[in-house]
Amino acid sequence: MGTTYANGAHAKATRDDLLQYYRDMLLIRRFEERAGQLYGMGLIGGFCHLYIGQEAVVVGMQAALKPGDQVITAYRDHGHMLATGMDPNAIMAELTGRSDGCSKGKGGSMHMFSTEKAFYGGHGIVGAQVSLGTGLAFANRYRDDAKVCVTYFGDGAANQGQVYESFNMASLWKLPVVYIVENNQYAMGTAIQRSSSETHLHRRGISFNIPGEEVDGMDVVAVREAGLRAAEHARSGKGPILLEMKTYRYRGHSMSDPAKYRTKEEVEEMKARHDPIEHVKKLLIDGGHATEDSLKDIDREIRAVVTASAEFAQASPEPDPRELMTDVYL
Amino acid sequence: MTQILMPALSPTMEEGNLAKWLIKPGDKVEPGQVIAEIETDKATMEVEAVDEGVVSELLVAEGAQGVKVNTPIAVLKGEGGTQPEMSVPPPSARQPARPPTPASPPQGGREEDPEVPAGTTFVKITVRDALRDAMAEEMRRDPDVFLMGEEVAQYQGAYKVSRELLQEFGDKRVVDTPITEHGFAGLGVGAAMAGLKPIVEFMTWNFAMQAIDQIINSAAKTLYMSGGQIKSSIVFRGPNGAAARVAAQHSQDYSSWYAHVPGLIVIAPYDAADAKGLLKSAIRNPNPVVFLEHEMLYGTEFEIPDVKDWLVPIGKAKIRRPGADVTITAHSRMVGLALKAAEHLAGEGIDAEVIDLRTLRPLDTATIIGSVKKTNRLVTVEEGWGQSGVGAEVCARVTSEAFDYLDAPPTRVHQVDAPLAYAANLEALALPSVEKIVEAVKAVTYR
Repeated sequence: MGTTYANGAHAKATRDDLLQYYRDMLLIRRFEERAGQLYGMGLIGGFCHLYIGQEAVVVGMQAALKPGDQVITAYRDHGHMLATGMDPNAIMAELTGRSDGCSKGKGGSMHMFSTEKAFYGGHGIVGAQVSLGTGLAFANRYRDDAKVCVTYFGDGAANQGQVYESFNMASLWKLPVVYIVENNQYAMGTAIQRSSSETHLHRRGISFNIPGEEVDGMDVVAVREAGLRAAEHARSGKGPILLEMKTYRYRGHSMSDPAKYRTKEEVEEMKARHDPIEHVKKLLIDGGHATEDSLKDIDREIRAVVTASAEFAQASPEPDPRELMTDVYL
Repeated sequence: MTQILMPALSPTMEEGNLAKWLIKPGDKVEPGQVIAEIETDKATMEVEAVDEGVVSELLVAEGAQGVKVNTPIAVLKGEGGTQPEMSVPPPSARQPARPPTPASPPQGGREEDPEVPAGTTFVKITVRDALRDAMAEEMRRDPDVFLMGEEVAQYQGAYKVSRELLQEFGDKRVVDTPITEHGFAGLGVGAAMAGLKPIVEFMTWNFAMQAIDQIINSAAKTLYMSGGQIKSSIVFRGPNGAAARVAAQHSQDYSSWYAHVPGLIVIAPYDAADAKGLLKSAIRNPNPVVFLEHEMLYGTEFEIPDVKDWLVPIGKAKIRRPGADVTITAHSRMVGLALKAAEHLAGEGIDAEVIDLRTLRPLDTATIIGSVKKTNRLVTVEEGWGQSGVGAEVCARVTSEAFDYLDAPPTRVHQVDAPLAYAANLEALALPSVEKIVEAVKAVTYR
């Protein structure tokens, strides 16, 4: 793959930081594993795109943001929502299509939102969220409220036309937007070399005068540091910035994807040598901040939270039939 | 001897004013020389000579108003024919907003209009200025309202609908965009999700096909998909339908396309009062609104109630002409054709009721059904194609809700089932006309 993952030690991350990131990434992983299990049991329907392997990206970025900063992404969105602090129960109940889901069961895996946590979805059309996120940033500039909008998209969306229409306007008008391309190297089943004439996606903003940076997206602290620089850039009125997070999804594109387009060895290599959670675990233990046993306590806590969310999501009733025709118009 | 003719400055221009002569009899004229300035309600433009010669006579005086296109305006002695052509239109901030002309006292059915308070005076205004005034008033009222689109600011609007808004509101609230419909439609929806109230102008709705994903998938559906959390108070507006001789890609009627989609409100006004009152209501509405204007009506003057905050309710059709023998439904420019057809039919003893649908979603079924129960006959008129069209929907509702009242099969008048042609004769053959409406009414009244 030609990517170096510089899993080095980070002086800037404190013990508390690392413990928090460990906890947050583990929540996403355990949550997604459980979602996959519920999907297999037929409790979750439709499309379900798991975030396993990419946890460091959203956790690191969220650590770089200030309250009120907005987040918007595409359909692989469970991790983003958990990172913004949305309630796992409400997310899992949305996945099972129940009335306590954060979209009352009417949105599903790809369409969840939280105005409280400034999470603006959850969008199912590849690339559409990039224009929307640019619009959120337009509103920030209009109101001059010092907020930044973090707009995520994948390496697949990086070839959609509206991404570049948005880049152009964001740069022209100096909008406070941080574009994050989560390059997990496969757009569904198409490897980036087969879809992209320029595979270094952080260069994709050059013709719009948008600076770009490649980041080790498997290293939560590297993500946070790049995120802090990027957010400061956007917040200070310098306009948009593009971070390319080199990352990897362990699972298929969606639940029905056997992932035959890559070798088992490639996946195993990533899991064994670049896993973002194992990386933080090592930093914590090597740094004397935690022991195997103390981290196991955290594991148990997280498992309890996830188990509770799955139980909640199964116990919650289906939406009232009267909800069929609500929320069409205001 | 060559006559110089009044030139047409746009596909839809029918007349203009001769603002200024820059030549006088005896002057020698060179090709490319600016010889006059002419103005329309949209713009002021310079007229250039094509060939050389000596001016022998000016046929139209400086300041002449309403000079019809192709009227001889000057005579040139010289070799070869001289046809003037216009220069590239300059950004015309020069033209002042036209003060409303006081109109004659109310007459006809207007006094009975329940939407207009008794004793209201009326002023004459073009549809273009009515739309402009609607935006200006709402922008004064609510700082979250802003306008964005191609050429809306410095150019003053491709059709001059946003004239002088930049001067009043500045470039923060009147935003020129690149030519990037998909991108700026999505950007507008994102801004609306953050609570602003964008007015997104499409230079024409034809170009909005590039943006239809954002209008439908993002604007119309997100309220539902978010369980009511994310709102998109946004107006998408611009001219829709066939202008004149601009061929198939620039002449499409999107009424039924958008009227198909739950979550959208779709409005297509006919006159200035509805253009203003409905646009103001659309801007205040918390839902995404598709507002379909008509280029051929922009320059048309109508009387409009002279009231401070003129609002027209969304979702209510208007009976433009009461009648007993047949119901004609129409929207946008087709209302004018339907009214002319009704006038003609009155001469033949057929009393047609003309319903202006005004809002296509939600459709005011009650007014249509009430009318058909009275007239027992229905003709629908629309500029777009017939299949799955607005007329098809009206006919379906009438046949299912008033079947027993019908004395004839409902009939549709619509564009023929082909892309719109450029040639003048084919274009006329394709589109609905007064004659086609008259013919359809005669068919359903068995005359």
